[in-house]
Amino acid sequence: MSKAILVDTTRCIGCGACATACKVVNHLPLGDPGAAHDLPTRPLGDDDLVAFAQSHGEVGGHLSADMLNVVQAHGSVFVRRFCMHCQQPTCASVCPVGALKKTAAGPVEYDAGKCMGCRYCMMACPFSIPRYEWKALFPKVKKCTMCAPRQAKGLQPACTLVCPVQAGIFGERDDLLKEAEKRLADEPTKYFHRVYGKQEVGGTSVLYLSAVPFDQLGLPSNLPSEPMPLLTYRVLSEIPTLVPLGGLLLGGIWWITNRREKVAKTEKKME
Amino acid sequence: MNISKLPKLTFWRAVLVLILAAGFYSTALRFTRGLGAATNLSDQFPWGLWIGFDVLCGVGLAAGGFTLAAIVYVFHIERFRPVLRPSILTAFLGYALVAVALLYDLGKPYNIWHPLVMWNPHSVMFEVAWCVMLYLTVLALEFSPAVFERLHLHTPLRVIKAATIPLVITGVILSTLHQSSLGSLFLIVPEKLHPYWYSPMLPLFFFISAVGVGLAMVIFESNLSSRAVGREIEMHLLEVLGRAMAVVLAVYGLLRFEDLWSRGALVHLREPSRETVLFVLEITLGLLIPLPMLLFRRIRQNRESLFGVAVLVITGFLLNRLNVSITGLEASSGVHYFPRWTEVAVTLSIVGVGFLLFSLAVRYLNVMEPAQGSRAPGAIQIRAVA
Ligand code: SF4
Ligand code: SF4
Ligand code: SF4
Repeated sequence: MSKAILVDTTRCIGCGACATACKVVNHLPLGDPGAAHDLPTRPLGDDDLVAFAQSHGEVGGHLSADMLNVVQAHGSVFVRRFCMHCQQPTCASVCPVGALKKTAAGPVEYDAGKCMGCRYCMMACPFSIPRYEWKALFPKVKKCTMCAPRQAKGLQPACTLVCPVQAGIFGERDDLLKEAEKRLADEPTKYFHRVYGKQEVGGTSVLYLSAVPFDQLGLPSNLPSEPMPLLTYRVLSEIPTLVPLGGLLLGGIWWITNRREKVAKTEKKME
Repeated sequence: MNISKLPKLTFWRAVLVLILAAGFYSTALRFTRGLGAATNLSDQFPWGLWIGFDVLCGVGLAAGGFTLAAIVYVFHIERFRPVLRPSILTAFLGYALVAVALLYDLGKPYNIWHPLVMWNPHSVMFEVAWCVMLYLTVLALEFSPAVFERLHLHTPLRVIKAATIPLVITGVILSTLHQSSLGSLFLIVPEKLHPYWYSPMLPLFFFISAVGVGLAMVIFESNLSSRAVGREIEMHLLEVLGRAMAVVLAVYGLLRFEDLWSRGALVHLREPSRETVLFVLEITLGLLIPLPMLLFRRIRQNRESLFGVAVLVITGFLLNRLNVSITGLEASSGVHYFPRWTEVAVTLSIVGVGFLLFSLAVRYLNVMEPAQGSRAPGAIQIRAVA
């Protein structure tokens, strides 16, 4: 039971509704500040969100503390980029205080109260996703939450909700994987034959389909299929054996050299 | 007040005052306007000078402390005792200043204690945080006899003395762990760090080079401090350290080149890139020039040339750490990072404060021990604790 998002870039029309919806639900400044007037004053329902996002789409730009989901054009292909919600997230494994966590529901969640701002998660993320509030005095790490708060209320993420062409769909990861593979099988000539995110760094909860190789969409193509956390864990797991060994070794050397010195001293006295 | 009582305004003092003034301004900027205003860091380049230099280089340069402690206590090579205490002091100051630098760099410095209670044993950073905290404590205890002596506190002195060996062994283990772990930090970025520097052996390289630079720092400091207190330098000791350094450099060089070769990273030498220039500079200054020099006894025994070799090794080491943490990551990040002047001012101020504290300690505590043989046996007993 783990939710995921499938993005089929061959369907995306680059309307930018998903980028706008993301900003609205995360209370981030809109590209056109005037647009906020069009937001209804009553508590926002999903219908309102769809209507607003589809009429105020935002395309372009880069991920930042104010943009957690961006629609980028690569030639004639549009691809939206946001946190991949890795199955075994690198960001969570490197965080010294466990401020980032993969939840059973699917999202990789961030606890700003724990974070101390070392920014190791930003360094380590193989997709270079996490962003930082550089201008703030008490900055937070910012990244897509897969709308975990909405999911908790039984709603789907804002971005998949507002997509007019179902280029992004939300569901169980297993189901979405099957769906993706079905699309590849049904129209083998349409697609580059691979589901991005099925295996990358141990699998991600955001999956991509594309007509062109994925590096042409700015998705890193040099990632191993084994989870990145293993790279450091292999070394870290040696420590519990190395420490007592080191202690024994050093203690032993000390004992020998100490004894040798004592013997030398007594010998001197004897003379 | 009599003017002549004020400290004389020498050139270096004037420089220090200027640096500290700039550092003061930068500190105010950092803590009122945030990291964005005080640094050139960005989403593409989240770690800069403060991590690359203040933390990575700082911890490495302080490695003389554990290296010498191991030599004197564990291996019982007693003749190195005269240079032990200044090394422990430098290490202690070095680590304390690394902690200060972290307060600047962390986005939420008031949460620096979180690793104490919020655990993630899968994180290298978590391990480094714990090791550095514990080792700082160990160093404080190792240096405490100098303070106890000054205050004539004999009971704590005896207690510390009894605990010396376990303390030193703990210190050596902690150092080994976190010196290598600073390298492990970068194991997680195989696709981002340039192949000149990314290697599964990073932890081992970081450890060996820390030992090497630790020895170089002892030579470097002995020169400076003996000049400061106007005392003859223990050349026969430093010569032996030079020999040890040759062995360490040779082992490091062999492993490093074997690794570069087996990973096929040397093909990049054909590319006239920034990385190639920096790599060649690092290897030449830190390894290819000093190693052959150290093979000549004449060079090892000459105060000036040995000092020169130490400076080369330290330079190579600094280049290596900066390459791993900054320049080697630039290409993949797609941006160019150069520290803002306020970042540099903070770093220089921290170094300046380090020098200041060191000279104060040398003046008011018994850091420089009198040359061997010139003291009463009783004194040796007590000093043996340092
Ligand atoms: S994409 Fe990056 S930030 Fe998102 S879960 Fe994976 S490692 Fe973490
Ligand atoms: S910046 Fe915060 S969330 Fe990221 S690794 Fe550091 S403590 Fe964890
Ligand atoms: S994913 Fe959907 S909502 Fe987003 S830009 Fe493409 S078509 Fe529009």
